[in-house]
Amino acid sequence: MAKRPVYLNLFRIHLPLAGWVSVLHRISGALLFVTIPLAVWGLSVSLSGEDGFRRMTGCFSQPLPRLILLLLVWALAHHGFAGLRHLALDAHWGVGLRCARRSSIAVLLATGLVTLFAAWRLFA
Amino acid sequence: MKLATGSHTGTGTWLVQRATAVVLAVALPGLILCFLAAWPTDFAGWQALLVPRWSQVLIMLTGVALALHAWVGMRDIFMDYIHPVRLRLALYLAVILTLAGSMVWLAAILFGTTPGGTP
Repeated sequence: MAKRPVYLNLFRIHLPLAGWVSVLHRISGALLFVTIPLAVWGLSVSLSGEDGFRRMTGCFSQPLPRLILLLLVWALAHHGFAGLRHLALDAHWGVGLRCARRSSIAVLLATGLVTLFAAWRLFA
Repeated sequence: MKLATGSHTGTGTWLVQRATAVVLAVALPGLILCFLAAWPTDFAGWQALLVPRWSQVLIMLTGVALALHAWVGMRDIFMDYIHPVRLRLALYLAVILTLAGSMVWLAAILFGTTPGGTP
């Protein structure tokens, strides 16, 4: 019998593409969870009056908040596309190895395109 | 004794996660595109987006679907990585309070005595 690894070093595990999509689905999901109360807070401030609205728009004209916004666009896009892939897998569509690999690439590509577009709109 | 954690609560939450996922897959891109299309440049325009009853109701329903979806997702993460039962239950409680609080706040913003949030 082949020698099996006795410990799991995350940096030495070669994760397949679908594994990366899955891990990123989790990370983006957790990130979006944290965003929920912050988004409600932002909505509250922006609707509190002229002053609050100006504070919010002023904040999002700064580069760092825009970068965070871009990160959230990435998170939402990845979570959404990977989620659609999950729903398809639930329906037993695309469960084959090749197909699952291709759909993983599609998720990463679509997310990349959305994020690039958002980056262009936010920073160019 | 009924177990507070374990695998017996899975099917219902799985279904909630999938059902809300479908709702969000339609509602979130729809809402975002609507807002981007009508992108307001001043406070009055921003406020006007949230005055129609249908817009308030759609946002609220999307928020509730989002909260339920986030609850199941965070629960799954904690089930996988946080094994001490007390700590896990404390984290569950924190997530539930955060999400419930956010939804109550959202409802207050949308349907409060000051529609659209004007004082």
